[in-house]
Amino acid sequence: MGNPMKIRAANKDGVTEVKVLVSHEMETGQRKDSAGAIVPAWFITELVAKHGDKVVLTSEFGPSVSKNPYLAFKFKGGAKGDKITVSWKDNKGDSRTDEAAIN
Amino acid sequence: MNNQRRTVLKSGSGAALLGMLAAAGIITPGMALADWNKAAFDAKSMADTLKALGAGQPADSKDVQVTGPDIAENGAVVPVGVASSLPNVTMVAILIEKNPNALAASFTLPADTEANVQTRVKMGQTSNIYALVKSDGKFFMATKEIKVTLGGCGG
Amino acid sequence: MNRRLIKTLVGAAIFAAFAGGVSAQDSKVADELAKYREALADGNPADLLEVKGEGLWSEKRGPKNASLEQCDLGQGPGKLEGAYAALPKYFKDTNKVMDVESRLVHCMVTLQGFTQAEVTKQWFSRPGKESDIEALVTFIGAKSNGMKINVPATHPEEAKMAKMGEYIFYRRSGPQDFSCSICHGQEGKRIRLQDLGNLTTKDGAGTAMKTWPSYRVSQGAVWTMQRRLIDCMRQARWPEPNYLADSIVALETFLQKNATGTVMETPGIKR
Repeated sequence: MGNPMKIRAANKDGVTEVKVLVSHEMETGQRKDSAGAIVPAWFITELVAKHGDKVVLTSEFGPSVSKNPYLAFKFKGGAKGDKITVSWKDNKGDSRTDEAAIN
Repeated sequence: MNNQRRTVLKSGSGAALLGMLAAAGIITPGMALADWNKAAFDAKSMADTLKALGAGQPADSKDVQVTGPDIAENGAVVPVGVASSLPNVTMVAILIEKNPNALAASFTLPADTEANVQTRVKMGQTSNIYALVKSDGKFFMATKEIKVTLGGCGG
Repeated sequence: MNRRLIKTLVGAAIFAAFAGGVSAQDSKVADELAKYREALADGNPADLLEVKGEGLWSEKRGPKNASLEQCDLGQGPGKLEGAYAALPKYFKDTNKVMDVESRLVHCMVTLQGFTQAEVTKQWFSRPGKESDIEALVTFIGAKSNGMKINVPATHPEEAKMAKMGEYIFYRRSGPQDFSCSICHGQEGKRIRLQDLGNLTTKDGAGTAMKTWPSYRVSQGAVWTMQRRLIDCMRQARWPEPNYLADSIVALETFLQKNATGTVMETPGIKR
């Protein structure tokens, strides 16, 4: 579940740059709430980006990736209109997939 | 507001969509999301983290760059990047020496993906940031210190 | 040369050297902070909230099962372009000067049938508890991006609110005998590493107002102007005003009036 990601992908001179913003709390498990109780860790563990059905990046995150994670990377290839798909899953078993077309 | 955003907004979420994509053969279950390296993320010290990543004692390399500001206005969001001109880079990782667990993120790069990844990390205090790169099966490293400051009232 | 003069001269020389060192250091720090802010600008998490706000705007919700698409934010029903930049504004139907948040709440109550208490219960987010108001204000604010702030406060009620805001801005109060103007009424002030804008000038007020609503990385949330100002009062050790209080709308009117003519750059991102 969770809110939609924002995925931007642009091709320039044969290289596609992908920028992803993910909506996620990325709770470290070290913070205490106002009652003094530890807020349990809740963070994205894995994120995979695909160009069509080909994996272009596999990421593993720990809880020290910032809240609402941001990721930018580049791969050779890709053409205007091609589909970029990004999927994540978190340590609670939640997951989400969004897609965008290359500009 | 462009149409693309609307599409993103309306596209489904969670397990249902993943299931749908899997059914359509777009994502193969098990292959879609790799196994999370618990040992590496649970490791506290730099040495233990490198060991868990199978990196041993990486050599310092001028061909690995850590990018980021010298000073971060807030440790909650510190923009950092790793880039390398080394050949056949298959993995890059970001480690923060003084965080409770050093490993922040690691990335597996297929052949056509450039060794150039940027993200944002939390830093509990001023620390050295290490970029770890695996090139031709060997590990290399570079470092940069980022100072974390406390800001004023904000705004 | 007497001893006292020598002492003074030596002192002055040391002071000059020290001051020179500090200012060189200052500019390096300022450069590095600018780099940090620049690196955050591309990929503002507020964009995620903007998308959510757009959805909330057009979604049929509440007891009346209505969307907000007929909400009049001062430019006519459903007209969003430039609306944020021209608020606060006097509204005939309520006979009040309203800011974006009070007008939005008014619409959620009158169009969608929510109670004011329901709508304002989560007026700002906490970890795990999202705020519809934050999302909607981010969306509405972005519709004024690139437009000039335009609050001339010419209507008598608006002029009165701007005057009230000015009065509050300069009024010393609370256990520390503090006023807004102590930190924000002169050039070249700072707290820790943050430069403090002079909000009495167009330049200073413009720089401050044009980037709101803004994503605060320290909170991991978008702050609205109401939240910003209420929190300023808390930090000045004043009693905190209620959400949507007239005192906050008055301060906003004063600040937007000072900032009038400045081009909006919203949503912003800050430490």
